[in-house]
Amino acid sequence: MSDDNATAPVTMLSTPIRLDYQFTAGLAQSRSLQGYAEGKFIGQRCPVCKKVYVPSRGSCPVDAVPTTEEVVLGNKATVTTFCVVNVPFAGQSIEIPYITASILLDGADITFMGLIQEIPADEVRMGLRVEAVWVPEEERGPTLASVKYFRPTGEPDAEFSSYEAYS
Amino acid sequence: MSKAPSTRKGTRPVAIVATAQSPSTRRVEQANEIEMLMPVISEVYANAKMTKDDIDFICSGSTDYLIGGPFSFVMALDAVGVWPPKRESHVEMDAAWALYEAWVQLQEEECEVALVYGFGKSSLGDLSRILALQLDPYVMAPLWPDQVSLAALQAQAMIDAGMATEEDFARVASRARHNALGNPNAQVKYDKSMEELMAEEYVSAPLRRHALPPLSDAASAVIMVAGERAYDIVERPAWITGIDHRMEAHALGARNLTASPSTERAAKEAGVDQVKVDLAEIHAPFAHQEILLRRAMDLDESVSVNPSGGPLAANPLMAGGLIRFIEAADRIIDGSATAAVAHATSGPVLQQNMVAVLEGAS
Repeated sequence: MSDDNATAPVTMLSTPIRLDYQFTAGLAQSRSLQGYAEGKFIGQRCPVCKKVYVPSRGSCPVDAVPTTEEVVLGNKATVTTFCVVNVPFAGQSIEIPYITASILLDGADITFMGLIQEIPADEVRMGLRVEAVWVPEEERGPTLASVKYFRPTGEPDAEFSSYEAYS
Repeated sequence: MSKAPSTRKGTRPVAIVATAQSPSTRRVEQANEIEMLMPVISEVYANAKMTKDDIDFICSGSTDYLIGGPFSFVMALDAVGVWPPKRESHVEMDAAWALYEAWVQLQEEECEVALVYGFGKSSLGDLSRILALQLDPYVMAPLWPDQVSLAALQAQAMIDAGMATEEDFARVASRARHNALGNPNAQVKYDKSMEELMAEEYVSAPLRRHALPPLSDAASAVIMVAGERAYDIVERPAWITGIDHRMEAHALGARNLTASPSTERAAKEAGVDQVKVDLAEIHAPFAHQEILLRRAMDLDESVSVNPSGGPLAANPLMAGGLIRFIEAADRIIDGSATAAVAHATSGPVLQQNMVAVLEGAS
């Protein structure tokens, strides 16, 4: 290193940072994760407002009470809203265009994001009735990745009023 | 009917009327932060004979660095109940600073009833590395100095200045853990003499195991109200008659670690020297820091320091400073004290300090 470099002002430095954590899913959410491993959607009902949250949260954010009653939900659901993904990005694992939708399971009061397949992108619509397709039993684990995707059931579309509050 | 004592800071009398805390433990298994917090929130509502609908301001203290995930305070709102929409705020600091924000809101007549809470699980990561990241990111943090080593530098500086000895540190630890025997929420409690503790090995000289705080998981909460309605809730509200917080330089090299001018200033502003103090709950995680802070607040020998055991007995980050307010307020509320000092600290080796005087009507 020349003398010039030794006395030159430092204008940039790199300070790598890494922290390791143990994640605690929590008692309630752990039940839902175990449900995915068993091919089931497990939620909880609020004792006050009776709303069903899936995955389980352990509490009702509206009433601030513990949710303890467990509810097992079926595979059928309604698309409340959706988005056609046309933009490629790093790490993309699905061929574009594809559909990410807001999924309302029958009997649930909250939606979650899900992938829609087995239907052309331009035919997906609000109110579309879908069902979960699970990965083979031996590949399932405590993760939402146990749900491969949702596909149309062929039932008539749900009435807007049935999912209006969730879209 | 009793009247609120006159306040030395602020214009509106504000009191702590209900408190709750979870027992500090080394590791809360399985339950996440929300599930750890929820029983504490339920208890503080019950203690105040209130529901979520009585609260018109919510302020919390926590840090994403403990959890390793973003916006963890938003998830915690699931435990509180914020529908219909409520005014809510959060500090990335110990919940004592959330209490301060709520106190300001109450002073400004922006609200009448405030819920303040804090939560922290120190068990999820390596606290020594996590706390290194509160240091300046250019010349200190990249060296990853751990908090015990920094505290040891401060302790050694105190010894070099003739302010204390290692035996003094052991006396503080012996008394704190003995006091903790009477505190069901404390984590480390025992009956050991100074001489027994001096036989321990150094963790980082001059600090032995006993001079270090435990690693703790816990949550804490208080409800504060403005004005005489405090008497509708509790017979002896803990009135906050003085409160102040101050901050020193961030760079450790720019500070004299054997003094705490921020605590001195905050204590003066809070009016610690203007009341006969029965007890002080001091947020001194390391034994030597209690000696330093006690001196900075000029507390004489008649003052009972950390009757709960203090942070040497239970040290949940982000909830622990608020627990000092809780322990002090509980002694006012139960009638065993007339005036108490609550102190909270934040930042590396006592960088920031808050001091409050809590009083019951005499």
